[in-house]
Amino acid sequence: MDNKTDMAIVALGEVKREVSLALVQDVSINDYVLIHVGYALNKVSEEEAEKTLALFSEAGLLDEGATQ
Amino acid sequence: MKYVDEFRQQNLARKLGAAINSEADPGRRYNLMEFCGGHTHAIFRYGVQELMPTNVTFVHGPGCPVCILPIGRIDNAIQLAVDHEVILCTYGDMLRVPASGRKSLLKVKAEGADVRMVYSTQDALRIAQQHPDRQVVFFAIGFETTTPPSAVAIKQAKASGLSNFKVFCNHVLTPAAIQNILESPEVRDIGRVSIDGFFGPSHVSSIIGSRPYEFFAEEFQRPVVIAGFEPLDVMQSTLMLIRQLNQGRHQVENEYTRVVSRDGNLKAQALVSEVFELRRQFEWRGLGSVPYSALQIKQSYADFDAEKHFDISNIAASDVKGCECPSILRGAKNPTDCKLFGRVCVPENPMGSCMVSSEGACAAYWSYGRFRKNRKSVA
Repeated sequence: MDNKTDMAIVALGEVKREVSLALVQDVSINDYVLIHVGYALNKVSEEEAEKTLALFSEAGLLDEGATQ
Repeated sequence: MKYVDEFRQQNLARKLGAAINSEADPGRRYNLMEFCGGHTHAIFRYGVQELMPTNVTFVHGPGCPVCILPIGRIDNAIQLAVDHEVILCTYGDMLRVPASGRKSLLKVKAEGADVRMVYSTQDALRIAQQHPDRQVVFFAIGFETTTPPSAVAIKQAKASGLSNFKVFCNHVLTPAAIQNILESPEVRDIGRVSIDGFFGPSHVSSIIGSRPYEFFAEEFQRPVVIAGFEPLDVMQSTLMLIRQLNQGRHQVENEYTRVVSRDGNLKAQALVSEVFELRRQFEWRGLGSVPYSALQIKQSYADFDAEKHFDISNIAASDVKGCECPSILRGAKNPTDCKLFGRVCVPENPMGSCMVSSEGACAAYWSYGRFRKNRKSVA
């Protein structure tokens, strides 16, 4: 991560790419980010990802939880 | 890849498929529009439709940035490259979109125009730095996901005094398009297109949040579920839409909580509103002229606006005869309803924009669905 240029190296599986962090805040090494046209658009919440996966395992039996 | 593979697990897809089949009421139909081409792609690539009961249908929407740009704007980009002799930079998909007179950006490039494919607006800035003696125009297209990167580039160009860099802005807005579809006579009166609920886009919503959809859910009484782009996301969201419809609810729900919040990405939104403002009218392929559905560069950044710097006239250009892209983009027809589909119009030689982009409905049908039986039409 280069704080001056807002550029960072991300790993997409085995592929490494330089992307811009100009659109995100509070990102640190080892975070997961959503990448689009060379920019990180958002952080991926690991906690929410696990919750959604848990919801799938119950075949969506939890009717609430993902509702806002 | 982490947080991708987990959302493609087959055993979970079967489970979700079973839940959908047991909860969908056989006595009613569920026509669900996926606004975004990313969802269309996921539905076809992973065979999601095959796991659905026959009364659950996906209606493909206009959310493919390459597809909705009218031919006249591509003609304008060709003029910039050929007549004004600029270095024209754009995202890869745009190069192959057919323009007037059987031209495309790729063809004029082959004939000597300086057209360059870029991955990111950062690449376009770099090209402008490397060629201070040339005008470099970034042909900017796309929804709320590609707009913030254009804003960043314009701000960086201003900060570094990169006066040979310009942006030809064609950025469009998702909520305006959804509203246009819901207000179109095809949906409201004629009943040709029936839409019972919406999948909200993933990446767009990561920027704008889920809040902008609350108006539609309320005003048009249709449920909206913001869905991730992986097949399990689409299936879970289908289940959530079916439940809302069964219970007579029409709310905005968020399945893609790992990325999307109610407010979205405020930093990106602030950058966009600093550089861009609403355009009064913008022409969409398929939807026609839609008020306040696109953005233009603010006066304070006019030095970087290609439309202020070059003579870019309105070009009225028509689609190839027989091309059904406009109806397909409105959800009124399926790709297989088009006479050109798979005959003269194929990805190697596209006639219409929906066959060019991987997000286009025709390309998705061709790549993953052409040997499947077309079970039912949209209506």
